[in-house]
Amino acid sequence: MSDDKSKNTIHEIPQTKPRQSATFDEYTNSEIRRAAATGIYDIRGGGSKRKLPHFDDLLFLGASVSRYPLEGYREKCGTDVVLGARFAKKPIHLKTPVTIAGMSFGSLSAPAKEALGRGATAAGTSTTTGDGGMTPEERGHSTTLVYQYLPSRYGMNPDDLRKADAIEVVIGQGAKPGGGGMLLGQKITKRVAKMRCLPEGIDQRSSCRHPDWTGPDDLEIKIAEIREITDWEKPIYVKIGATRPYFDVALAVKAGADVVVLDGMQGGTAATQEVFIEHVGLPILSAIRPAVKALQDLGVYRHGKNSVQLIVSGGIRNGADVAKAIALGADAVAIGTAALIALGDNDPHLEAEYQKLGTTAGAYDDWHEGKDPAGITTQDPELMKRIDPVKAGHRLANYISVMTMEAQVVARACGKSHLHNLEPEDLVALTIEASAMAQVPLAGTSWIPGVTKF
Amino acid sequence: METLKFDLDTRPLREVNQFLHADASGLNGQKVVIENPNGAHNIAVGLKADLDVTIKGHAGYYAAGMNQIAKVTIEGSAGSGVAENMMSGHVHVKGFASNAAGATANGGLLVIDGDAGLRCAISLKGADIVVGGSVGSFSAFMAQAGNFVILGDAGEGLGDSIYEAKIFVRGKVKSLGADCEEKTMNAEDKQILADLLKRSGHADVNPDSFKQYGSARTLYNFHIDNAGAY
Repeated sequence: MSDDKSKNTIHEIPQTKPRQSATFDEYTNSEIRRAAATGIYDIRGGGSKRKLPHFDDLLFLGASVSRYPLEGYREKCGTDVVLGARFAKKPIHLKTPVTIAGMSFGSLSAPAKEALGRGATAAGTSTTTGDGGMTPEERGHSTTLVYQYLPSRYGMNPDDLRKADAIEVVIGQGAKPGGGGMLLGQKITKRVAKMRCLPEGIDQRSSCRHPDWTGPDDLEIKIAEIREITDWEKPIYVKIGATRPYFDVALAVKAGADVVVLDGMQGGTAATQEVFIEHVGLPILSAIRPAVKALQDLGVYRHGKNSVQLIVSGGIRNGADVAKAIALGADAVAIGTAALIALGDNDPHLEAEYQKLGTTAGAYDDWHEGKDPAGITTQDPELMKRIDPVKAGHRLANYISVMTMEAQVVARACGKSHLHNLEPEDLVALTIEASAMAQVPLAGTSWIPGVTKF
Repeated sequence: METLKFDLDTRPLREVNQFLHADASGLNGQKVVIENPNGAHNIAVGLKADLDVTIKGHAGYYAAGMNQIAKVTIEGSAGSGVAENMMSGHVHVKGFASNAAGATANGGLLVIDGDAGLRCAISLKGADIVVGGSVGSFSAFMAQAGNFVILGDAGEGLGDSIYEAKIFVRGKVKSLGADCEEKTMNAEDKQILADLLKRSGHADVNPDSFKQYGSARTLYNFHIDNAGAY
C-alpha cells in the first residue's frame, strides 16, 4: 500500500512555490494598475520611503583608554546653538540643535501649526512657516519663527518679514529638488485661498523658480534686498534640496547666506508626485560631508563670527541621528515628519479610520486629499478639532527634549562637553556604502572608499 | 518746499535706506532726492511711510522693492524686479524697466513710461501696472490678481497659467500662454482701464483701443485631458 502511494507521488510533477518578482513586486504592480486606470501620476505626501543608506549605518566609537568620557549626569554637555551671527544684528539663539522644518499653513491645519509653535517654544527652539505665509497663530505661539521666502511668494509681505526672527530663502527641498509647491483643491479653503490670493478650491501648483531672480549672482542681490528691508537685523537662511551639495552650499555662502539648510530626499513634502519623491535628490547621509567641505574651503566653517551654520534635515528621528548629523559637521538639524508623528500623525489608535481610507497607520500619506483622521494635514474644520494644540505641543516638546538628551548621552560617552565637539573621527560605518557617503571608515578597518586604499 | 538730498557717491546706501525706514513725520512733508544712484541695487526698498522719494538717474535691481505707502519716482531706467512685491503706494519709472517689473506686487500702482523686459507682472497679486511701451515675453505669468495695462505690444506667452488678473493690451500680442484668452471688456473693466490710464498720465488714450485678456480657467483643476497644456 505505502509503496504504491510513494510511487504515485514521485511520478507527479512537483509544483514550484509561487514566486513574486523582485522587479515586479506587489507595490510596483499595484502602481502599474493604478496608473493604467487613472492616466495620471500618483501624488502623495511624505519623503522617500525606500531603504536608503542612513544614519543607522553609522556607529559611535565611544571613549575608552585613548579617550576620556564625561560623567553621564554630572558633567556639562552643552546643546545650545547660535545661528546667523555673520551679518545679522539679532542672531538666533536656540537651546537645542533640533529645529522644526518649514511646513505651511494650508498643508497643515491651524491647530497643528499652533501645536508646533507651542512645542518648539517650550523646547527652546524655532519653527518655520511654509508656502502660504505667516498666520497670527503661528507668530503668536512661536518665540522664534523663521519666515520662508518662497518662489510663489504666497502671503509674502514686508510687515511679516519684519516680524520674523529669521528669513529662509527657499531654493528647494529634499523631497523634490527642482519642484514647486502643490496644494490641491480640497485644501484650498476660504482662509487658505485668501492668504494665497487664489480662487477657492483650485489645484494650486506653485512655481519652482523665484519670479525675480535667476542664478547665484541675482540671489546675492536678493539677499541684500531682504537685509536692507529688515535693516540687517535678521539672519538669512538659504534652504536647498540635496543634489550638488558642494557647489550649492558654496554658491549660497557666496550669495551671502548666514545659514544653509540642507534637506535630503527623506525630507517630507505635503504633496508631490511619487516619482519625484523617490527618484530625484540625494539621501542626507551623502550630502553632509560635501556641504561641510564647501564651508571649510570658503573659510566659514566654525570660524568665529564669520561662520556660516549648516542645518541638515531629512529622516532625523532620534538623538542618535542628531548626534551623527552633528558629528558629520552639521550645527543643527530640522525635523518635519518626526514632529508630525509626535503631534499624532499616523497614530495606531486611528487604525480603523486609516483602514477606511484604504491604508494603515504608519503608511498614510495621501495628505493632499485633506482627509487626515489625525486632523493635522487637513483643512476640514471637523477633523482638525481632533488635535488639541496644547497636548500635542506638549508631546512635541517632550520628544525634542528626549532627542536632545539622547544626543548628550552619546556625546558624553565620546568625551564631548558640547554636542558641537562631536566629529567624524567619533564615527565608523557598518556598510561600504555608508562609509563612502559619510567618509568615515568601515567598522574595524581604516578604509574609507574613495579616500583611502583598502 | 525744500528737499532733502542724499548723494550715493558719498553716502552709503545702507544709511539712506535706514533713514527712509524711520518715522517720516520728522520730514514735515519734505521730498527726498537720491542723487548719483548709478545703477545701485536695492535703492529705497522696504519703505513704509508717506514719503516722496525721487531717484535722479538709473536704479539697479529691486528699486522700491516691497514698497508700502510711499511714492518713489525713478528719473531713469530700473533694473530687474522694480517694485517687486509692492503692497501699496506709487512707483513711477520714467525710463525703461528690466525683467520681472512689479513681480508678485500685491497693491499700489507701478507706472513704467518706457518698455519693460521679460516676465513683467509675473505672479501679480493685486497691484496695478501700466506700461507705456511694450513688454517682453512671459509677462503676467501665473498672475493671480490685479490689472496690467500695456500701451504697446506684448511678447510671447502673455498670461501663461493666469489666474484672476486682468490684462489690457493696445498693441499686438505675439502669442498667448496656456489658459489665457481674449475677453469681452465689460463696462466695469473699461472703467478700471480708463481710471488707470488717467492715473498713469495717459488720459488722452482711448480705452476702446485695447483688447482684454484673462484666464480661460480650464487649468484651475488638474484634468488628465489637459495634460498636454502643462
